[in-house]
Amino acid sequence: MSMPLYASPEQLMRERSELARKGIARGRSVVVLKYRGGVLFVAENPSPTLHKVSEIYDRIGFAAVGRYSEFESLRRGGIRHVDLQGYQYDRRDVSARALANVYAQTLSTIFTEQLKPFEVEICVAQVGANANEDELYRLTYDGSIVDEPQFVVMGGQTDAINTKLKETFSDGMELSDAVRVAAEAFRPSTSSGSGTNGSSSSGSAQEGEPSKLEVAVLERERPGRKFRRITGAALDALLPARTEAADSSDSGSEGSEGSEKSDN
Amino acid sequence: MEQIPRNSGFALPSAYLSSTTSSFADFLRAEAPDLLPSKRSAGMGTSGGDLDAPHGTTIVASTFNGGVLIAGDRRATSGNLIATRDMDKVYVTDAYSAVGIAGTAGIALELVRLYTVELAHYEKIEGVSLSLDGKSNKLATMVRGNLDVAMAGLAVVPLFVGYDIEASDPKRAGRIVSFDVTGGRYEENAGFHAIGSGSVFAKSAMKKLYDPEADQDAAVRAAIESLYDAADDDTATGGPDVARKIYPSVVTITAEHGAVELPTEETSTIAEAVVADRAAQQDWRS
Repeated sequence: MSMPLYASPEQLMRERSELARKGIARGRSVVVLKYRGGVLFVAENPSPTLHKVSEIYDRIGFAAVGRYSEFESLRRGGIRHVDLQGYQYDRRDVSARALANVYAQTLSTIFTEQLKPFEVEICVAQVGANANEDELYRLTYDGSIVDEPQFVVMGGQTDAINTKLKETFSDGMELSDAVRVAAEAFRPSTSSGSGTNGSSSSGSAQEGEPSKLEVAVLERERPGRKFRRITGAALDALLPARTEAADSSDSGSEGSEGSEKSDN
Repeated sequence: MEQIPRNSGFALPSAYLSSTTSSFADFLRAEAPDLLPSKRSAGMGTSGGDLDAPHGTTIVASTFNGGVLIAGDRRATSGNLIATRDMDKVYVTDAYSAVGIAGTAGIALELVRLYTVELAHYEKIEGVSLSLDGKSNKLATMVRGNLDVAMAGLAVVPLFVGYDIEASDPKRAGRIVSFDVTGGRYEENAGFHAIGSGSVFAKSAMKKLYDPEADQDAAVRAAIESLYDAADDDTATGGPDVARKIYPSVVTITAEHGAVELPTEETSTIAEAVVADRAAQQDWRS
């Protein structure tokens, strides 16, 4: 048996970080943001069955990017943990803060003790009684935990999406506006002005059909379990009409936006 | 026995991450067996018969055109005394199922609580809910797990109703499943069933009142009538208590609304109408 080569702890940590960061950057992105009625999850996900967004508990949702098998085991572990807590005490005693702490401990243990760190980044969100009590926690591969006030962007092209969301995000948006803001943030940023009001969206920059979106919400007004997936026709109604917006003139696309607002 | 740290400040034990089961009960058995209903009472004496723990009594269920309902009286008795007047014995367990309980109340309540978590747990882990047969089989397993406690005199028998969203005929998708203490599982194809001490009387009444083509309102009325008949002849079953405003609890399950507990305003109106009709019959006789 040969002795392992010596590597300084600093170098080890750096290499692990690099591995995890590279793994995460290869994947598609997820955006979690607050809106007036709760918390919205939007993920680029070509698969309709292998979810990146899921329910954890009554008021708690989960979104993740990176290696599926790794965040899936974290998700299952989290559900087991909160269900045990809720069964042992009461459903109200389960909180996202506690769960985020458990995840942070778990990720940091794996990062320091195991040969390969988890290549994941996750977000734990909780909807509260009012907008001020909504919570978003972002957890990275090394167990760092950040409490985000407005939105969380994770995965591949986070810089571009972050920049765009900083321009377009506002507090207290309606659901349809929030979905549109998130969907537009995913589009290639070549038409940089399109995020603000769609005035320059008539160009040919958006020919590339955006990837499939997985959308879910934690709805404040919903009784009992707050988590709801938005799929099929309900999702199409919320998303900006893509093909129309790309083909028709400005007035056409603005007309469709107006009708969505009046729906709400 | 090794105790798992359950404080929130700790990392998830590796079993949480690597466990392959989708069942919360199985997970508890492996990780926290002291929380299982059957384990907790295993240390009890050989006979619980002289314990006089509160007992839940009559539950009736019936299908109707487009759904299924389950209703229960509100009384729990302890020997010859009334332990509770306003206990709920009918529980919504997930979006399309509900369970009514008869037998030792404490164990039954814990069983239903675990069962409710179990269904939601499976749904969250797997992303889809269990099939209706899966749900009733799971409940049968949990009742069987209680067998040694049942032998000591603390039996629990649930009655399961569910709406099968995958059924070919939506009008007949409501289903009733009964159980015995050994975990036997019986599909009630007659369209109605009753369990508990007053079940003989409730079932006899249902036999005359049951109409498979009835709509929801008529079916609720028939169920409450049969509970009235059970309360009439069985001391352990509570009738509608107009003075205290305690009325039977009813859960209906339909494709459109899922499992919902009827609001008290609705059940009180029907129960009071039943009482008034019986009073009128009495006047007519005398």
